Amino acid sequence: MKKFSQLIKTLDGTNKTNVKVAALAEYFTNAPDQDKVWTIAILSHRRPPRPVNTTLLREWASELAHIPLWLFEESYHIVGDLAETIALVVPSDESSTDKSLSAFLQEMIWLKAQSDEDKKAYLYRNWKQLDYYGRFVFTKLITGGFRIGVSQKLMTRALAKATGIDEDILAYKLMGNWDPNTIDFQDLILEEKKSDYLSKPYPFYLAYALENEPESLGDVTEWSFEHKWDGIRAQIIVRNNELFTWSRGEELVTDKYPEFEVFIGRLPNGTVIDGEILPYPNKEIGTFNDLQTRIGRKNVSKALLKKTPVILKAYDLLEWQGEDIRTRPYSKRRNLLEKMVAGQDGIPLFLSEKMEFTSWQEVAEERELSREKRSEGLMFKRKDSPYLVGRKKGDWWKWKVDPLTIDAVLTYAMRGHGRRSNLFTDYTFALWNENEEGEKELVTFAKAYSGLTDAEFRKVDAWIKKNTLERFGPVRSVTPHHVFEIAFEGIAESKRHKSGVATRFPRILRWRKDKKIHEANSLEDLKALIPHTVETE
Amino acid sequence: MPMKKPLLEFTEKGIYCHAAKVYLDPWKPVDKAIITHGHADHSRWGHKQYITHPTNVPIIKHRLGDIEVAGKEWGETFTVNGVKFTLYPAGHIIGSSQVRVEHKGEIWVFTGDYKLENDGVATPYESIKCHTFITECTFGLPAFLWRPQKEVFKDINEWWAQNKSNGQTSVLFGYSLGKAQRLLKHLDPNIGKIYTHGAIENMTDVLRPMIDFPATERITRDTKKEDIKGHMVIAPPSAHGSTWIRRMVPFVTASASGWMAFRGARRRRAIDKGFVLSDHCDWPSLLEAIKEIGAEKVICTHGYTDIFSRYLRDLGYDARTEATQFEGENAELNVETEISESV
Repeated sequence: MKKFSQLIKTLDGTNKTNVKVAALAEYFTNAPDQDKVWTIAILSHRRPPRPVNTTLLREWASELAHIPLWLFEESYHIVGDLAETIALVVPSDESSTDKSLSAFLQEMIWLKAQSDEDKKAYLYRNWKQLDYYGRFVFTKLITGGFRIGVSQKLMTRALAKATGIDEDILAYKLMGNWDPNTIDFQDLILEEKKSDYLSKPYPFYLAYALENEPESLGDVTEWSFEHKWDGIRAQIIVRNNELFTWSRGEELVTDKYPEFEVFIGRLPNGTVIDGEILPYPNKEIGTFNDLQTRIGRKNVSKALLKKTPVILKAYDLLEWQGEDIRTRPYSKRRNLLEKMVAGQDGIPLFLSEKMEFTSWQEVAEERELSREKRSEGLMFKRKDSPYLVGRKKGDWWKWKVDPLTIDAVLTYAMRGHGRRSNLFTDYTFALWNENEEGEKELVTFAKAYSGLTDAEFRKVDAWIKKNTLERFGPVRSVTPHHVFEIAFEGIAESKRHKSGVATRFPRILRWRKDKKIHEANSLEDLKALIPHTVETE
Repeated sequence: MPMKKPLLEFTEKGIYCHAAKVYLDPWKPVDKAIITHGHADHSRWGHKQYITHPTNVPIIKHRLGDIEVAGKEWGETFTVNGVKFTLYPAGHIIGSSQVRVEHKGEIWVFTGDYKLENDGVATPYESIKCHTFITECTFGLPAFLWRPQKEVFKDINEWWAQNKSNGQTSVLFGYSLGKAQRLLKHLDPNIGKIYTHGAIENMTDVLRPMIDFPATERITRDTKKEDIKGHMVIAPPSAHGSTWIRRMVPFVTASASGWMAFRGARRRRAIDKGFVLSDHCDWPSLLEAIKEIGAEKVICTHGYTDIFSRYLRDLGYDARTEATQFEGENAELNVETEISESV
């Protein structure tokens, strides 16, 4: 555990990629094998289910620290991280412990089934023994992910450095459904094997955003185009009469989308399709907001299945007749895919329409139609490109539509988390609306917490602290005074939002110091941005 | 019968003693001001007359130029319009004082900024009995718990030695009055040379006649990169990210501040290393100070005032909050608010 704590401390303490990779590689070389497996699991979001809920954690920590619960809560709001707050307030004799990371995690699996009393005794014992950073890491293991800027890719790179195994092969080995409690390092990483690859997807190939004018890509006829659909990127696998659906987060989501079960028998065994799961209410593509109703649910009710069914828009074919065809040119893979999908009537499988153009001007015109077609923009794929691993530049590009924007008034603020705890950086924005009495009032429409520089955040923070109207726990209402330009990717009607409108990925584009609040936009202006669907062919 | 005015009031200009017509650490220009210490949020421009501990006289003159200032020793009672004033050491930075105010049997104490630990530079805090205690609570949250400075300086010196063996220069940020000298006093000169930013060198020069500090070298335009390599540089927080710091390459940065207790604070400022070292009371010290004084009333002025005073009320004290314009250690967090000092 000391080694793991030290690793987390180093990763947390730097924003330099090389330092992170070096620290991880060092750890993957020297730590005990089973600890390595658990570290991989934790950094790829495969930690065991939370053994104690956070309400109990707060109660017990405040009790152990001899402070009232309200004071613990206030401290938490200011510190911004539960595990860090606990590590700071609970007293310790730092008698230390040399228990391994895997021993701790096995205890946490065991802990989940114990009585509250036993859980409390276990936490007290460990909080007392560990030093400050050990206490923080231990509590983080209970509460959830470490936000320390280590992507799966970065971890894989370090693992490749430590083991000498190729990065792509490691990425493949680490995908899928393995359990850190039952698998060992030999089995997971070192051993070469062909068996249990039945459920394994291929690493996704991801595109970078276009950096220059499309014309810079040369001859337009060397490229294929598709719309960039706004759903969940997924791989559908049919092997040995079994179906597996993987999301891009490398999560097995087969059970969430029972619609795809009909693919068994209709698609030949040894098929892997890369595509996008899209909501399809009333037999047309819905909004991401529609899909939200399906994402969180493990068990999908019949009513929901009927109201918001999903389809797969197929982009690419990765495995054909049991053979990995990723190195074949895109145009060839695409031909095989089209043949496979053709004639498959009555199942929720559609081709993502491939388009070809004779000029970049036509490409730009097609992009303008994206919102009406419920897409986020265009994808460019070089006709002779292989299917690569991860985010790579050169053969695939995405060209998203420009975000929608609106000028809104800052009305509420909350302290941020992590790096921004102690600063008011989470904001709520409102637009003008006429109420029943014909008076203009501000109606909340979105929250945003990114897009300003650190210096701007500090200025807004200082202003908020001086212009607070009321406090509601961690939230403050402020005098309407500042106007910000808010950008967002998509917009749809919503019954769940007070404004009647849901926006997708809202963020701050700029601080409009030149505008007074009466110059901000109205809810009506926002609603005018909701696209009206046009027929797709 | 008119209601009796409290001995000290919180007004737009600052903490005011009506009976004496004297302000304590006022933030707007007044005729007569008693000043607790030399930090910019406590000793401001524009007062006609300053009264402070003699140690602070050269500090305040260095900062504010030629002003009319009178020195009063700790424990030396002086009377203004029948009100008795006495300064006592506050342990915050060199010269920092508490103000005891006595009138018609009623005693108030205003702490300014303070800490209980003896840091080896500032004269240590003394507990003064009073009826009403006006306290800062910059770090008035149970999340703040300082380790003894001996341990912290062991870490700082080890960090320096490690950087030196890696061929890197150590850049340590601390406020130019107070923190910088505390760092200087406890750095181990056997590890290497100690360089200073001009603002810190100037302030330290003012204090050298009173305190024995290790030798330092001012960084000037002529200082060579190769000469600094592996050594220690003490700089004000505002130097972080400036062009000035580029001549230290290759360097690693650290900040010594109470805020470094939070991971977020260090990451927000993109500092390589944070040492938790403060010139203010931590949570247990605040509670200890208040308990020892035995005051009936406690007024919290700056820091986590609402939270801290609510907790004091939970404990049975008559505690409340008053708004002031003191910033505590915020100046170290927000570089913009720091008074810029010439290099």
